[in-house]
Amino acid sequence: MTQRTGAARPPGEPRRVAYLYLLPAFLIYAAFLLYPIGRAVHLSFFDWDGLSLGRWAGLDNYVALVADEGLRAAFGHALVLIVFYAVVPLAIGLALAAILHHAKVRGLGFFRTVVFLPQVIAMVVVAVAWRRIYAPDGTLNSLLGALGLDSLTRGWLGDHTFALPAVGVVGTWFETGLVTVLLLAGMSRIPVELYEAARLDGAGAVKEFFAVTLPSVRGEIAVALTLTVIAALRTFDLVYVTTRGGPGDSTSVPSYEVYHRAFGLSQVGSAAAIGVTLTVVIFAISFGINRFADRGAT
Amino acid sequence: MNAPTREVRSTRSPGSRTLAVLAAAALALTACAPGSSAPPAATPSQPSASAVRTDAATLGDVTLTVWDQEVRGGQAAQMKQLNAAFEAKYPNIKLNRVSRSFDDLNTTLRLALSGNEPPDVVEANNGRSSMGAFVKAGQLLPLDSYAEAYGWKDRYPESVLRYSRYSADGKLFGEGNLYGLPQVGEVVGIFYNAAKLTELGLEPPKTWEEFQAALAKAKAAGEVPMQLGNLDKWPAVHVFGTVQSREVPADQIRTLAFGRRGASWNTPENTRAAQQLVDWVGEGYFNKGFNGQGYDPAWQAFGKGEGVFMIAGTWLLADLQKNLGDDVGFILPPGATAGAAPVATGGTGLPFAITAKSPHPDAAAAYIDFITSADAMKVLTDTGNLPVADTAAQKVPEGPQQDVFSAFGTVTAKNGLVPYLDYATPTFADTLGAALQDLLAGKASPQEFLATLEKDYKTFAESNG
Repeated sequence: MTQRTGAARPPGEPRRVAYLYLLPAFLIYAAFLLYPIGRAVHLSFFDWDGLSLGRWAGLDNYVALVADEGLRAAFGHALVLIVFYAVVPLAIGLALAAILHHAKVRGLGFFRTVVFLPQVIAMVVVAVAWRRIYAPDGTLNSLLGALGLDSLTRGWLGDHTFALPAVGVVGTWFETGLVTVLLLAGMSRIPVELYEAARLDGAGAVKEFFAVTLPSVRGEIAVALTLTVIAALRTFDLVYVTTRGGPGDSTSVPSYEVYHRAFGLSQVGSAAAIGVTLTVVIFAISFGINRFADRGAT
Repeated sequence: MNAPTREVRSTRSPGSRTLAVLAAAALALTACAPGSSAPPAATPSQPSASAVRTDAATLGDVTLTVWDQEVRGGQAAQMKQLNAAFEAKYPNIKLNRVSRSFDDLNTTLRLALSGNEPPDVVEANNGRSSMGAFVKAGQLLPLDSYAEAYGWKDRYPESVLRYSRYSADGKLFGEGNLYGLPQVGEVVGIFYNAAKLTELGLEPPKTWEEFQAALAKAKAAGEVPMQLGNLDKWPAVHVFGTVQSREVPADQIRTLAFGRRGASWNTPENTRAAQQLVDWVGEGYFNKGFNGQGYDPAWQAFGKGEGVFMIAGTWLLADLQKNLGDDVGFILPPGATAGAAPVATGGTGLPFAITAKSPHPDAAAAYIDFITSADAMKVLTDTGNLPVADTAAQKVPEGPQQDVFSAFGTVTAKNGLVPYLDYATPTFADTLGAALQDLLAGKASPQEFLATLEKDYKTFAESNG
């Protein structure tokens, strides 16, 4: 759009017409996004089994949600998953990207593809593969056995202590590629002059990383964190395929609870309330991350 | 639920996303309550026995839509064969078959039934969250008059029929109207590897004590005494049910498992059963890492000769036989003495039900009668399934298949089937599955384990009236 400077009133046709152009897109947006969201909020105020007539429950579902110990644990598990999905991949990704960016390795494109590959595979396939890796007679235990670490072998996904980290590691494996590629793209935009200036000032590789590289990719870090944190909070398929929330309830997560309550237990209202709460939490965290990134940028 | 004007109205809100969401929410709140477009939960009227028509050939041109979950090997084969025979016998009735896997059927059936044109015949899972909920919502037709007209009650033992019975309001399970008729039966018992038993110098156990002695001997010989894959949460339910039915009287288990008032989990018998499982874990009778082993890999391992015993249901027979041949055997869980009355967890395959909105209930009932007739039971046998009725009349080759047939025949004839424990309440499958994983991992004591179950059971039984 071109804009004439110095005009007292908006140029061209009256502004309101612009809304007309927005309308088709908005209608689709409303029909497929706003309406379902509104509907979910609506449902969360009912006690409804999905079949017979619902009963108005007011805020009961939300009150029950806060009081539900199992559900609080589920949100706690989601927070643990954030470490595995977002924090660890970011650390690995930063290190990998910095090295790749600097070393000018031959076959960078190939390497980038390999690192990114997990993202291309459907999560269900990933989960099935990892389920076999973690099985009592699976690859991981065979490897440990071959190294003489028999005492460490266990049914990883069936162990109350290790099931959640085991699920988390799959997330790390899955997200690291995405983060690395994002950061690489960001680093490639950093002007070489900055590095030259840093080097002239006598900065070493580490100093250079913290003084030049890290601040320059702040935007990419925000994007990566937003994407991975959301992925962590809405983890469903991975838990559904690997553990179904078990053993006990040690890997239950909010998204799985939504599915489970709506389709397994016929508590559609309660499921909707969890969904809405999860949406708000995701929104708040993403908002926080972006605020943090923006503030740094200015 | 249908408010086509809503999108247009919400265009009034400014571009801000938050406001739009709020506006949509506010509008939605004033809209109708969910489920209000569904029919009122009135009980569908039951046609009287004289009013039903059993002469399917004279019903005119009818198309029946049937939703089933018979997608695997022998199940798919029998369905195909029976459907073809039905269409050949009644050229005026066309079948429109939709088959989906068990999980897919379970999740989509709910939506399909609340629509205005549901399928005519559906395979609905017995439990409260499926069949019970559909009955409560008035979506299934009571079949008692058809049962009378076709004589189903003479051919099916009551211990089998009660798995498809609900009170008209869907609250009581195991009694009341008949809402479906199953084709196949299933019972949880003990599979054994005959070759391994011979190696160990053992016979198939005749008493529970002999069974435990066999486990100990297998362990001492360095074998895996019992295969279990409990990653999927529910498999241990069958193991616990088997142990429990050694200790707890059958009628108490039925009260607990049908979620009726008047029993308790906090009894010395239940404690002993839970303790026995814990002891088995302590003795190392299960394979290592069983809580992290999938169900399928576990029985596949048993099929490959890992493990002497496995507590599991008859549905695994065909697959195990493929690998182990005649080396696989099956017995009902033995009692305290060799002559004790048999008690075992078991039930039926998914029953076929007729939807309340079906315009052709007579044709639908004729179809259900056809696929559960004496001839159909023979087809089921020939395709490697375990027919739920006339089981004793079937001729099968000696060996594992006969083991299974005579086990099911015996336990139904003696009225010894006890229901799956996860039928008890809508949430019980999950409560019990998770609690068992905790118990087996030593994270909960038998007392804590039973307290968890009692809480779920009592809460439901009391609110259910």
